[in-house]
Amino acid sequence: MRTEEKQEEQQSIKDPSAYQQLESEEMEETSPWKDTIKQLRKNRFAVVGVVIILFFILLGLFAPLLTPYSYEEQALVDRLQPPSAEHWFGTDDVGRDIFTRIAYGARLSLQVGFFAVTGALVFGTLLGIVAGYFGRWIDTIISRIFDILLAFPSILLAIAIVSILGASLQNALIAIAIINIPIFGRLVRSKVISLREEEFIMAAKAQGMKNGRIIIHHILPNSAAPIIVQATLGFGTAILDAAGLGFLGLGAQPPTPEWGAMLAGSRDFIQLAPWTLIVPGVSIMLVVLGFNLIGDGLRDALDPKMKN
Amino acid sequence: MSDIVLELKDLHTHFFTDSGEVPAVDGVSLTVNKGEVVGIVGESGCGKSVTSLSVMQLVPNPPGRIVGGEINFKDENLVNASNKRMKQIRGNEIAMIFQEPMTSLDPLFKIGNQMVEGIRLHEKVSKQEARNRSIELLKLVGIPRADEVIDDYPHQLSGGMRQRVMIAMSMACNPELLIADEPTTALDVTIQAQILDLMRNLNKEKDTAIMLITHDLGVVAEICDRVVVMYAGQVIEEGTTREILKAPNHPYTKGLIRSLPNMKQKEQKLYSIPGTVPKPKMGRIGCRFAPRCEFAFDRCFQEDPALYQLENGRSSRCFLNDKTEGSLTGNGETIVGN
Repeated sequence: MRTEEKQEEQQSIKDPSAYQQLESEEMEETSPWKDTIKQLRKNRFAVVGVVIILFFILLGLFAPLLTPYSYEEQALVDRLQPPSAEHWFGTDDVGRDIFTRIAYGARLSLQVGFFAVTGALVFGTLLGIVAGYFGRWIDTIISRIFDILLAFPSILLAIAIVSILGASLQNALIAIAIINIPIFGRLVRSKVISLREEEFIMAAKAQGMKNGRIIIHHILPNSAAPIIVQATLGFGTAILDAAGLGFLGLGAQPPTPEWGAMLAGSRDFIQLAPWTLIVPGVSIMLVVLGFNLIGDGLRDALDPKMKN
Repeated sequence: MSDIVLELKDLHTHFFTDSGEVPAVDGVSLTVNKGEVVGIVGESGCGKSVTSLSVMQLVPNPPGRIVGGEINFKDENLVNASNKRMKQIRGNEIAMIFQEPMTSLDPLFKIGNQMVEGIRLHEKVSKQEARNRSIELLKLVGIPRADEVIDDYPHQLSGGMRQRVMIAMSMACNPELLIADEPTTALDVTIQAQILDLMRNLNKEKDTAIMLITHDLGVVAEICDRVVVMYAGQVIEEGTTREILKAPNHPYTKGLIRSLPNMKQKEQKLYSIPGTVPKPKMGRIGCRFAPRCEFAFDRCFQEDPALYQLENGRSSRCFLNDKTEGSLTGNGETIVGN
């Protein structure tokens, strides 16, 4: 039995085509991005996350085609209808189709996530790089500001900011971006500090490269991986925060079909018509779960230590 | 003496740490002539690397700072040079290669891109031109299939190949001075010899002066014209490679050479200088090496020895060369003040 196996092994090695294939596989041109996607596809949870998020993106994009109803037109005759063939997820207290509102709400939630994360990412990365690369007093100032921002419970800080700016979805978005700035800032700062000591940065300096060029060409690309992961995870928290502010009446105002606001509007009917709460609640949960799964998957895929 | 490329005069680079001021480079004077290979030898922590970083004005600040002395590069004192001027000099007139070839290249970019970037930093040439020149340089440093390797990522190359790439990059703008900070320490011996050969050839062909920092006397013997021995932030002996290796004057240099393994004496235990390198600190009086020196006498602990000039341009920082004292051996002539 064993000898047979051995022979087989030897044969497969002798077989030139098999050997060539092995070689070509090893020699295959790899780019960091291709590698990451390959790793990500191996991770089943990450794939589930991608599917969930794709589903909500498509839902938002094609909302007008998917339902015949309007998200704000009231139909009091049909109020608090349970799920049926006509109204897949039932209707709310003023007779609006919940599926329609969820679909249009997906647009809002994803937009909130995108803009809040982008804002936090841009400003956080900028501040983090300045603090980490130049150090000294500028680092002290920026780091202390981050500390102050992080000392407040984030939702409390967001509430305070919205109270100053006035309750609207746009202001909620700004508030969420602000509370996320120190999270990105600290992440980038620590990465930059470790990169700054790398010999290739010293080599770049020894070549006569200017600081700005070193930052854009060498520091930024090398710190991209943790930023991408944090951005993905931040998407989820931003959506959750937006829903939280919406629930408190500080975010989107009625009749905007924002998921958090939908929850708040129907909490009186929890016993009478539970679907009015369950559907937006589950939607929020799914989107946040989706982004977290992708984020975790990306973290593993981008971490060189996790590669086998 | 217009053929001096680099002249350090009483260079002091200190580090200001929480536990006080540390004189990492404590009054170093040395010269590098045109087309010459000068080796700087010494144990870890004796200030070799800080000296080279001082020349490039790349000492991490804080905590380090050049507090005194001159760095004259072709009649220009780099200590006073503006940031802008230093950026022109770095990579163009003075190039530097580092100890770790594995980490000296940015892992995210193809080596071609990095070379082209370096060339275009100092010269206005098209990308294609810079690329062609990079390929030429890679061929020059003996990289096979240079036109393919240029599109490789650093992780696809071995350590020796990467160090060749680093040397190719440093030679891109025909620098007048190449500072090599332990360029072969991380490589195995066969590759080490190839890299040294390569540097020697470049030195001969392009007349580039090389300041080679190393702790390996074997490397020194191989390619250096002159050697500067450093100990605890000071130059303690200087001379031609041949003379220093054959007849070292300073007890520390003697110890260094004795501690090399010798093929003829197989059974003997390898010699090592007793004690360890002292931590540099301010206000130390007496010879830095005295506590470890087998020839030390009272005077060594009481005053700083000067750098005694000996014949053939040699010098040594040891009281044994002081003729005025009379009773001691040595043939020193003049005393150069510290």
